[in-house]
Amino acid sequence: MNNQKEIIIAVEQVKKYFKEVKAVDGIDLKIHAGEYVALLGPNGAGKTTLVEMIEGIQQPNHGKISIKGKNWKHHQDELHRIIGLSLQETRFIDKLSVLETLNLFAGFYGLSKGKVSEILDLVNLEEKKKTWVVNLSGGQRQRLALGIALLNDPEILLLDEPTTGLDPTARREVWDILMKLKNERNTTMILTTHYMEEASYLCEKIVIMHSGKILAQGTLDELLSKHVKGEAIDFALDRSISKDDLPKTEKVIKIDYDEDNLNGEIIVEDLVSYLPKFLDVVKQNNLNLTSLECRKMTLDDLFISMTGRHLND
Amino acid sequence: MLKELIELIKIHFKEFFREPGIIFWAILFPILMAWGLGTAFTKKGELIRTVAYVEQANTDSDNGPSFITALLSKTKVNENGLFTATFGNDKLGITTYKFVPSNWDEAIIKLKRGEVNLILDHRKDSLEYHFDPLNPEAQLAYLQLHGLINQQDLSNDEASIQPLTQIGTRYIDFLVPGLMALNVMMSCMWGIGYSLIDKRMKKLLRRMVATPMRKSSFLIAQFISRVTLSGLEAVLLVVFTMLYFDIEIQGNIGALILLFVSGNMAFTGIAILVSSRTSNTQVGNGLINAVVMPMMILSGVFFSYRNFPDWTVSIIEKFPLTLLADNLRSIFIEGAGLAQVLVPTVILAGLGVITFSVGLRIYKWY
Ligand SMILES: Nc1ncnc2c1ncn2[C@@H]1O[C@H](COP(=O)(O)OP(=O)(O)OP(=O)(O)O)[C@@H](O)[C@H]1O
Ligand SMILES: [Mg+2]
Repeated sequence: MNNQKEIIIAVEQVKKYFKEVKAVDGIDLKIHAGEYVALLGPNGAGKTTLVEMIEGIQQPNHGKISIKGKNWKHHQDELHRIIGLSLQETRFIDKLSVLETLNLFAGFYGLSKGKVSEILDLVNLEEKKKTWVVNLSGGQRQRLALGIALLNDPEILLLDEPTTGLDPTARREVWDILMKLKNERNTTMILTTHYMEEASYLCEKIVIMHSGKILAQGTLDELLSKHVKGEAIDFALDRSISKDDLPKTEKVIKIDYDEDNLNGEIIVEDLVSYLPKFLDVVKQNNLNLTSLECRKMTLDDLFISMTGRHLND
Repeated sequence: MLKELIELIKIHFKEFFREPGIIFWAILFPILMAWGLGTAFTKKGELIRTVAYVEQANTDSDNGPSFITALLSKTKVNENGLFTATFGNDKLGITTYKFVPSNWDEAIIKLKRGEVNLILDHRKDSLEYHFDPLNPEAQLAYLQLHGLINQQDLSNDEASIQPLTQIGTRYIDFLVPGLMALNVMMSCMWGIGYSLIDKRMKKLLRRMVATPMRKSSFLIAQFISRVTLSGLEAVLLVVFTMLYFDIEIQGNIGALILLFVSGNMAFTGIAILVSSRTSNTQVGNGLINAVVMPMMILSGVFFSYRNFPDWTVSIIEKFPLTLLADNLRSIFIEGAGLAQVLVPTVILAGLGVITFSVGLRIYKWY
């Protein structure tokens, strides 16, 4: 269905090296109008570098980036007008109030004061508008940065970790704002994040990055069904059991058991038929379960199966 | 374009006036400095000099040491029982010498510590003066005391002395234009240079240029707000010294304003060039100091550089701060007009334009 839609951002074979470090190492990406895309990956995966190249802040060593068919070299002014962005870390002027900071940026776009108060309302900083930036909490600063990103009613939003450091309520509020934009304005967005939940809630397309490369991309369901199968049983026992004693059927995909910590994980294709067998074995060996959890596979499992590492470390 | 320029200028003013430290250092400090230095070097009060004397010839006279009796009517005994002698008159200022009896070793220690700069050593049939011949004050003390002992007070020759207390020839008149120039340099180099590096470090610069903001208007706003602020600082300094020390601007005010603005252009350009690459405030600190320090010391802000060796003078004369200070001074105290300061004004403005354009070209926004 996406195929009929206009391609808004096209990244072709983009590379960015810092001396030895291959921050971005040959990435292809197509983003369609109205699509919300999450870049997910551990620290140092190259998310910021990729996004900053799309923002025109960094230049690729190799490859091509075009946005609505335009490029940074020739259409800088037009692109600045249609893009709204927030950087991973920006510190605004300490002794300027929230309102003054917004007014400053509104001045760059030639916007009216009305737009500024609309934004204050949107990011919920109305009562903090007279507070100096230096006196804002971390989350309030994040929301100010988001407010600035939204000032020019951007067609394209590029947000680098917009919810890192926010408490769950504040994160929820940001999600609501972004969902509203998606529904009302058909905004296109790329967002980087460490939170799988955020990626799956906001974005129909998830791109998993690792060491400057794209490991996998697609919708959450596509990713999971394509790359990880089955469901997981995470358990812990009161005494040791040999790994070989655990029931093995053709439906078992993988068994991990740590004899020292007495806990393990079994991944099976069909939980419903496997679980009773597992419980029988526990009973026959006179063991007691100290914990048991059955769950669906997540992006983290996907990441582990591909890299042997967790997403978040 | 205009709207963004106005917003940018507004935030510079706010940043300035919301920082009490900046207001003190930029506005009050130069005035205090003018007041302190001006008072110390311009209004001469009574000077008191201490001289150590060593009595080697054992005279047990009640009239005090024998050489002091030679000073006759000039000596008095003050409340501490010390002999004093007073010289001078209203035109020259009054100098009082206090004679402190010491033995030779004590006297040498006092000399080393700078408590005295002359030792009178009275031997049986001679009077010896011990002092550093390179120290002008010691030399003056020697001449005055020696003259007096030989009954010839040079300073009494009133008819031939014409003290320069006329406006325009005092130290404060020399100082104020220098301070004004120094202030322009400091204000631009720290106010623009350092704050740009700081904004780059905070990634604010890259956030700002990711909008349709024009880079040139960003930098021009720096210049406009800076020239206004340093103008304000200069006006306050001049008004204060006019009221307190009666300084005068003898030359052309229009020329003064023009020169002042082009001085600001020069240092804005230099500040932008200096801050064009680094995003480390400590490196920035060093870079700015490397530019500011030599000029602050050498460019004759506080004292004339004309006494330095000739080859250095020809270099120092070309420093932008020297150009600005010297020509401001010639407007203030020599009554120079536009014609006299036109060349340096154009040079300073040109320097500003060149450094600005080079800086803008190599500027690291991200
Ligand atoms: N300016 C630079 N100079 C040298 N190396 C850099 C530079 N910027 C990024 N890198 C390196 O490139 C790699 C990717 O960095 P990047 O900031 O894109 O990661 P990221 O995915 O955004 O990580 P995080 O989740 O921590 O924000 C890292 O190894 C980093 O050290
Ligand atoms: Mg990052």
